[in-house]
Amino acid sequence: MGRQLLVRVLVVLTLVLGTSYVGWRWLYSVRWENWWIAVPLVLAETYALIDSYLFGLTVWRMKRRGDAPEPPEDATVDVLITTYNEPVEMVVATARAAVRIRHPHQTWILDDGDRPDMRRAAERLGVGYLTRTEDWADRPRHAKAGNLNNALFLTEGEFLLILDADQIPAPEILDRTLGWFRDPEVALVQTPQWFTNVTDSDPLGSQAPLFYGPIQQGKDGWNAAFFCGSNAVLRREALMQLGIVGYVREVEEGVRDALGASRRILARAARSARQHGPAAVGAVEELRAAAQQASVALRRGEPVGDVTYSFQSAADRAARGLVESDLEQIRADLAELPPAIDVDEETGVLLVDDEALTLLSERELSPLAAIESVRQLLRAVDVDRADEAQPMMPMATVSVTEDMATCMRLHTQGWRSVYHHEILATGLAPEDLGTMLQQRLRWAQGTLQVLLRENPLVQKGLSAGQRLMYFATMWSYLSGFAAVVFMAAPVFYLCFGVLPVQAFGLDFLLRFVPYFLANQILFMVVGYGVKTWRGHQYSLALFPLWIRACVTAAANVFGRRPLGFVVTPKTRQQGLSRFPLRLVWPQLLACTVLAVAVIAGLVRLWTGAASSEIGTGVNVLWVAYDLLILSVIFEAALYRPVDRVDEDSLDLSADSKEQIT
Amino acid sequence: MSIIEVRTEGRRAVVTGPPRLNMTAAPQLREVLARAVAEGSPQIVVDLGETTFVDSSGLGALVGGLKTARQAGGDLRLAAVSEQVMTVLTLTSLNRVLRPFPTVEDASREW
Repeated sequence: MGRQLLVRVLVVLTLVLGTSYVGWRWLYSVRWENWWIAVPLVLAETYALIDSYLFGLTVWRMKRRGDAPEPPEDATVDVLITTYNEPVEMVVATARAAVRIRHPHQTWILDDGDRPDMRRAAERLGVGYLTRTEDWADRPRHAKAGNLNNALFLTEGEFLLILDADQIPAPEILDRTLGWFRDPEVALVQTPQWFTNVTDSDPLGSQAPLFYGPIQQGKDGWNAAFFCGSNAVLRREALMQLGIVGYVREVEEGVRDALGASRRILARAARSARQHGPAAVGAVEELRAAAQQASVALRRGEPVGDVTYSFQSAADRAARGLVESDLEQIRADLAELPPAIDVDEETGVLLVDDEALTLLSERELSPLAAIESVRQLLRAVDVDRADEAQPMMPMATVSVTEDMATCMRLHTQGWRSVYHHEILATGLAPEDLGTMLQQRLRWAQGTLQVLLRENPLVQKGLSAGQRLMYFATMWSYLSGFAAVVFMAAPVFYLCFGVLPVQAFGLDFLLRFVPYFLANQILFMVVGYGVKTWRGHQYSLALFPLWIRACVTAAANVFGRRPLGFVVTPKTRQQGLSRFPLRLVWPQLLACTVLAVAVIAGLVRLWTGAASSEIGTGVNVLWVAYDLLILSVIFEAALYRPVDRVDEDSLDLSADSKEQIT
Repeated sequence: MSIIEVRTEGRRAVVTGPPRLNMTAAPQLREVLARAVAEGSPQIVVDLGETTFVDSSGLGALVGGLKTARQAGGDLRLAAVSEQVMTVLTLTSLNRVLRPFPTVEDASREW
């Protein structure tokens, strides 16, 4: 408990010093005439301070749980191994290990690639083999979330252990974790991810010991331990409940939107109905009355099932007068119009296209066509969710990182989560920069999608602590913008003498240095015994990637542009002999500019163009720090994995296990 | 394991829910509902009079049945819902989609 006290003291110290520094910056030291760099800099510093607050809150009550109680009696478990295109041998190795798990269970391979070799291998091993049912044909597949959702309705275990294709489980994994489910409110137990194919210096920053350690333990203290997609056990009941709640929400929203749209279409149709004779007038009126009734009933809180059933019956009656030739003409008319209702290809979120709807309602449709289009509209959002393979999607599909979105929904439903700090499965990390960057991009995009679609700060059912724990992770992905400012500011000073602050004098140093040091010491104490430097480097050095993630996620959520989803390859990519300039040119450019700035700054000081030694000194040190941070990306670009035999990686995993525990 | 009872009458079917509609009984119920629809009875009333326990997997089977029935031009309705079942319906807000009717007759009155 001594360490926890020390952590808290350091948190308070850092935040007091940080707040006083940033407060002083805003109030007294912004050089407003250079606002174009001064304001971005003070904003970046404020960003970093808020990050410190969120980090401080996270580590304020780290939960060190120790051992779980005995597993609940007669617990039935399905072990689900998800795969898409990983080599069959890799999946087989994982499945073999899964079979050897001691607690009674049933092992399944969830093969989204539907590969005959994989099926045969599963048969040989005697494990279950599942692929998508025919319901998924021509419908959004939702990647891994869809794969799991499909399997949820084909298996029966009370608990589900989820493993990525490369995650080799230890035989005791269930015995060690199931006990936490004795608490009937616990829905999830997450264990760490640890990679065996990573060297000690870990140039690609694959291990995340700060996250699978203090951060998860800190989140656990606020009942907000995250689900990370693999090496986790879930309670089926909790997931199924999410599925039902989500189903009700989607159906209600969909029907409400469709009824609103149909009113507009029918109002228009009523006007043109007169030219088509009394039968048409009657039909439209009948349908308008039905839509009116449905809206009123829905507002009164009548069940959506009843409302839609009555409306569909009324629509059927109204359309009964149509002869087949009319219908064909109508369908041809409608085919020319853009679809008013569409489904986002990646997330399957139902998109009601307002523009297309307006077009549909403004166009001079024949009244019969209006009836038909309203029926189509309603059909698309009936209680059967015909646009989806399954009416229930327990694993959230709003984001490409289904794990975080699912976990947040579990928490909003009042379920609890547990972080069990013991390595019980080991996997393979990406072995080249390109693959690693793809993986990080996907995580960042997914997290930001959740932030933009379901902002944790306003989700009902979450406690204040839980809201902030989710927000903290999302906030950290905005670091790319701050990193650019932190690099640009010293360059402008050194090259052109542009001051973003009133002065880089003693006053500045006396306020900044203690804050900076306290922050570093806090990190050292929190991360004592684990390597946190890589993570720190990457949070700034990958600035182009973080910015790209922000831009693409926003374009996806607000502009419905595709993200370009990629499955992270678990095996090495080919053609690594050359230096991957394409991947690191922004960092290379940044380093060049920073180096030139140092020379320019020294020359300016020597020639007397710059007068402040402290100013130049501070900025040169600042640039040196930036360069040190950025250097990791070149190490990573030059890194070539060595081929190892299996024994070596086993040894390594034993070493690493000691390291983390 | 209890066998789920089905009575069909033309387009209508009455399915009696098992005493415990949980994750073990759910796949069976799903199958029974799908078969009733496939055999030409998409107007289904699920009689939950004997069902004293339901979990989310059980509700999932009902939702699956609702989808199948609707797509065949029919409907699925719940009748004789006990207090425990009603609690679960409310907790998951499924009662906002599926209205529980007091009796089988009430559920199928309009048909």
